Amino acid sequence: MSTDSGLGLQSASRQGREPTSLRLILTLSLAGLLSGIIIVSVYEATLPTITAYQARMLREAVFQVLPRVTQSQRLVWRDGTLIAKDAEEKGEAAVFGGYDAGGNLVGYAIPSAGPGFQDTITLLYGYLPGSRKIVGMEVLDSRETPGLGDKIYKDAAFVGEFKDLAVDPEVRAVKRGTGSAANEVDAITGATISSKAVVRIINEGNARWLPRLDAGG
Amino acid sequence: MPTSKPDAYQEFIKGLWRDNPVFAQVLGMCPMLAVTNSAVNALAMGGATFFVLVASSFLVSSLKRWIPKQVRISTYVIIIATFVTVIDYSLQALLPAIHKELGAFIPLIVVNCMILGRQESFASRHSIGLAVIDALGMAVGFLFALLALGSVREILGNGTWLGLDLFGPNFEPWVIMVLPPGGFLTLGLLLLLFSWLAERRQKLAERLAEMEVEGT
Amino acid sequence: MKRPDPKLLVQPAPLLKQPLTTSMAMRDVLIALAPATLAGVWMFGLGALLILLASIAGAVATEWVLLPDDERRAQLANGSAIVTGLLLGLTLPPALPLWMAFLGGVVSIGLGKIIWGGLGYNLFNPALVGRAFLLAAFPVAMTTWSAQTGPTGFFEVAASNLAAPFMHIDFDGVSSATPLNLMKFQHQSTALWDLMIGRTSGCIGETSGLLLILGGLFLAFRRDLDWRIPASILIAVAAFTSLLVLIDAERYPGPLFSVFSGSLLIGAFYMASDPVTSPLTPKGAWIFGTGVGLLVVLIRVFGGFPEGVMYAILLMNAATPLIDRYTQPRVFGKGLKSPRGGHE
Repeated sequence: MSTDSGLGLQSASRQGREPTSLRLILTLSLAGLLSGIIIVSVYEATLPTITAYQARMLREAVFQVLPRVTQSQRLVWRDGTLIAKDAEEKGEAAVFGGYDAGGNLVGYAIPSAGPGFQDTITLLYGYLPGSRKIVGMEVLDSRETPGLGDKIYKDAAFVGEFKDLAVDPEVRAVKRGTGSAANEVDAITGATISSKAVVRIINEGNARWLPRLDAGG
Repeated sequence: MPTSKPDAYQEFIKGLWRDNPVFAQVLGMCPMLAVTNSAVNALAMGGATFFVLVASSFLVSSLKRWIPKQVRISTYVIIIATFVTVIDYSLQALLPAIHKELGAFIPLIVVNCMILGRQESFASRHSIGLAVIDALGMAVGFLFALLALGSVREILGNGTWLGLDLFGPNFEPWVIMVLPPGGFLTLGLLLLLFSWLAERRQKLAERLAEMEVEGT
Repeated sequence: MKRPDPKLLVQPAPLLKQPLTTSMAMRDVLIALAPATLAGVWMFGLGALLILLASIAGAVATEWVLLPDDERRAQLANGSAIVTGLLLGLTLPPALPLWMAFLGGVVSIGLGKIIWGGLGYNLFNPALVGRAFLLAAFPVAMTTWSAQTGPTGFFEVAASNLAAPFMHIDFDGVSSATPLNLMKFQHQSTALWDLMIGRTSGCIGETSGLLLILGGLFLAFRRDLDWRIPASILIAVAAFTSLLVLIDAERYPGPLFSVFSGSLLIGAFYMASDPVTSPLTPKGAWIFGTGVGLLVVLIRVFGGFPEGVMYAILLMNAATPLIDRYTQPRVFGKGLKSPRGGHE
């Protein structure tokens, strides 16, 4: 780049003498302050859209993973029983109860998260307590390798594996083509780690929630 | 200061080819390799970088009188980071699907040395108009390079381009192309192509010059 | 390489001239590989022959296109591209689409050799570079193993072989797990005699252990390869697996199985011993071979892949300059204490 030459010369001649430390600190503080103001205002401006979108995605996901469900209710686990609670509270895990038009409980949508191949995978899966089966799975957030690991939500065949899946004794990922048992999932060829991560996250969710749902449901 | 009055058209056009940030300067490799596994991702990353680069160049160039040189880099970084955060939130609100695809790489635009390099070597010592023109040229050049890489990788690695199915259902995707090694391989081959074209053009120019000498 | 052999050589010692040229070495390799190649074609049918031809064609065509005009004839005549293409073809599964084999040949020569500066300058074994590319690009096709057709089904070419470029046709024949797959996923060993004569599924040229050893001994006898490299690889594999068997005979495969299964023999005799990508000194050869052997067992037994010969050799290829540096013989009369001090 031809413009590189003359660096420093120009600034020195422009400023003449060394600026005081105070001036340096003031410049940086001012820049930081302005930057902070801009960021906060953009954050405030976009936050409603972002949270609304996330909430909508979550609601849609609940209907996605539970068939025949027309309404859902957020449930939290407190003092050995499930209670309805809409307000989110930090550090408090929740599941979503899904109900049909008559108000009868169909199943639960259980959110669970865990490490994937690159970053945390957050997913939601539908669970029917009656038949002890998983009937749907939706990845809410993941940073898996595009084109490969992202098949955990783009590959219809893989997602379809979770439409009718027994949870006992536990869900297992096996090589494609060898899965036959009711609790086995065909892993995606070339994305075994991501596939296994999904299965592990579901098992972790099961370990946390299934005893509670069976007791309190 | 440049001795001759810089030509605005030259400042724009140099970023496209001769000083292309990727093919000639080999800068900004992190987003280049990380998000170019599909043409759409490449376009989105190129667009986000475009915004950050042009806005930062504009601001740095307008504020250059008030920024002491001892803290100039830190100030540039603050300016760039601000714009990156703005685009991060905006994408999250307006285009959540794209934001989900690009993920962690939007915040990483901050460390794209191509952007900081333009501030340090151009915007901080030229007029606002020229700085913006230079930034536009560089940003378009970067976008072009990202798109070239993203297109090759998406076509071979997925059989699609911008989501359009090109080969039909029996296409055998080259899985390696959407993986990191595919990025390195494709980038290497594109650099090879760029150098070859540049060399060829130079030889042509030399031959033309020779002919002119002989002719006069 | 362009220089013809001079009639009179004026140079310091050593003055003994070895009658070994590149083209002669390559011819020897082709002779040595012939029995295993013929056996592979016999067992896997016409499709295997087509794959070998496709990968050789890819290698030779790339060499032709990418070499400068004045080097083209000499380089093609020495047959190194044919050897690379053949070695690559022998390590491909028999039901692979032909266009992939061709592409593998292109990558072998283009990315494995020419881009480094041509024959003698490459850091990695070209055939294995091509194979690594294919395995990363087409993981399914590269791990679909068809059963042996035998002489009766010689002319039955699998539909998947004939897929149009960039397309795939699902393999429709009888697929069959390789001995290493059986070991890794079903925990099932294969009869040793089947492994030795090659009555198993696998890559075209890797199955017939005895014929590979025969060719390897021929090369060692002709001094085309450093016998220390295959020897140390095989010893390292045998020793490491024996140790594992001592720990738990139920869980780990035995030494004989490990030596004769997979692509260990073809890798040890024909790929690891490539003089360009292996260390020059005897000591270096021992280190190199031992490293390959240990890595092979590590990948096979503890890694995610059933077979690790390719990655083991490529990794040790990368370590070769380092090994060469640390095993330089001491310059006479110099630097007894620091062996590398003499020329730095």
